[in-house]
Amino acid sequence: MPERPTTGQLVPRPPVIAPDYTPGSVTDAISEIVLKKPHTVPWLAAFAVTSLVVLGFLAGIGVLLFVGVGIWGINIPVAWGFAITNFVWWIGIGHAGTLISAILLLLHQEWRNSINRFAEAMTVFAVTCAALFPLLHLGRAWLFYWLIPYPNLMSLWPQFRSPLVLDVFAISTYFTISLLFWYLGLIPDFATLRDQATSRFQRIFYGIFAMGWRGAGRHWHHYQMGYLLLAGLATPLVVSVHSVVSIDFAYALLPGWHSSIFPPYFVAGAIYSGFAMVITLTIPLRKFYGLDGLVTDRHIDNMAKLLLATGLVVDYGYLMEMFTAWYSAERYEMFTLYNRMTGPYAAVFWLVLAINIGVLQLLWIRRVRRHLLSLFVLSLVIQSAMWLERYMIIITALHRDFLPRSWGMFAGTFWDWLLVIGSIGLFFWLFLLFVRYIPMISIFEGREMVHKAAREAGVR
Amino acid sequence: MSLHGLIAEFENSEELLHAARSARAEGYRRFEAYCPEPVEGLAEAMGLKDSGVAFAVLFAALIGAAIGYMLQYYALGLDYPINTGGRPLNSWPIFIVITFELAILFGGIAAFLAVLILSGLPRPYHPVFNVPGFERVSRDRYFLVIESADERFDEERTRRFLLSLGPREVSEVAD
Repeated sequence: MPERPTTGQLVPRPPVIAPDYTPGSVTDAISEIVLKKPHTVPWLAAFAVTSLVVLGFLAGIGVLLFVGVGIWGINIPVAWGFAITNFVWWIGIGHAGTLISAILLLLHQEWRNSINRFAEAMTVFAVTCAALFPLLHLGRAWLFYWLIPYPNLMSLWPQFRSPLVLDVFAISTYFTISLLFWYLGLIPDFATLRDQATSRFQRIFYGIFAMGWRGAGRHWHHYQMGYLLLAGLATPLVVSVHSVVSIDFAYALLPGWHSSIFPPYFVAGAIYSGFAMVITLTIPLRKFYGLDGLVTDRHIDNMAKLLLATGLVVDYGYLMEMFTAWYSAERYEMFTLYNRMTGPYAAVFWLVLAINIGVLQLLWIRRVRRHLLSLFVLSLVIQSAMWLERYMIIITALHRDFLPRSWGMFAGTFWDWLLVIGSIGLFFWLFLLFVRYIPMISIFEGREMVHKAAREAGVR
Repeated sequence: MSLHGLIAEFENSEELLHAARSARAEGYRRFEAYCPEPVEGLAEAMGLKDSGVAFAVLFAALIGAAIGYMLQYYALGLDYPINTGGRPLNSWPIFIVITFELAILFGGIAAFLAVLILSGLPRPYHPVFNVPGFERVSRDRYFLVIESADERFDEERTRRFLLSLGPREVSEVAD
């Protein structure tokens, strides 16, 4: 039993990397997962299950394109059902990856080096899932290219003053930048895999992606500048993306949506749910692949703290939203709030508050933050709550607006649920492929951490 | 078989830094250092100029911003003006979003391409790949190559110079 630290005494923090690693062994530890380890039964089983789910997802999309969006529960007045809920949820999950890879890089948070790679992969896959939903929601999805400005025979332009068009630019820029950032970080690691390859096929396969990287001084010189600048560009981008998503709502005059707190509130919610997803992915990964020395308890603890901090910002958003509705003394704003609390969807509202305000406070306790199973369960619960939160914001504002004669109800159908579960399946399917074929921790940054730890030990 | 240059293998980054500084002091200009991770101070030791990536990103981001704004101004102000309640056609506050997004998009793509182009990538073949043991450059070994194209290159003299730096090994790089 470790003793309780008294005031003024520094609690020794676990290191960011286990002390017995050398540059060679850290390279081997990460690259052998891709190059040498055979497929394991749990991986194959997970891959088979997610493949089936992806097939279901494709079937759901096929039926949707063939029959139309009428197979979903949406109708007037609730025309934004699960599709937009899923969109906001997925795009939010992506944001934590960019926060870890770009913002923590600029802030010199070295512990990020162990988790940035799979957090970035998470971003790319989450944005992939997110971008599908607005397109499917178009109704005639095959005409999606009308959203892109190009000279056309109809002599029409997209309406650039509409947030829905802004979304197209924000999301496509976000996807492109995330992908480039991820790939740029991977180039030196692909070169490592090419050099450590055990078969000719691996050497050629990873050699193509490494593009001839040799680790030359000139390469690193340009690389470091490029990587830093991409991080600098991604940082304001990630804030802008969810702000744009939030103006999809705030732009409308609908009570419950028309609020100036939405951009910061949505950004905080995005990073909050994203950190929950990073924790969900980290805990099993480091267990199954024995990466405890690289992703240490320090990482888990830091992520849990960030989860708590962003969660508290979200709580502030809840509070201010309610306060503003009350303080405005505006009849329809107050009705929307009242309807959220006592109307047909009240259970969702109270569940969201119970988790995001109540259960969240458990993270103040160090034992919860360090206890892997409870943290894992908590991260799943928080992600579900964040999905419900978006559902609550969308449905409760739409289903009862100004005139009682235009009120209505919404419920998801089988096809709605199929696409929710299907997109989760697609995400994990992509992630499983990533874990097997791409180094899930940055190898060269791992070597850097070993050198840094050695230097610090030498100083002491 | 012509000679690309001579390669020296080192154990750690301090030795590589020392070697790069000495090579430069000795008057060599066409040499290259190879390392498994970025080494602080190597660019200065090699006498590299500031990376052109920063300029490329700035330039591309400004172009992106200009295209973003002009696209919206042209489409909604000139080509298809819609009068909504007498509001100005050049509604710049809402145009900022796409202007910003395109600046980031162009800047980011430029950053990626500039790193590749300035590093001379993609390049599937390079003579250093012929050196046995060079694959440890992406693990834990550091290398310095002095190219035969250098004016001061002389096989005997350069070999003696490299050996004086205390490497593990000096060998030839076939072209």
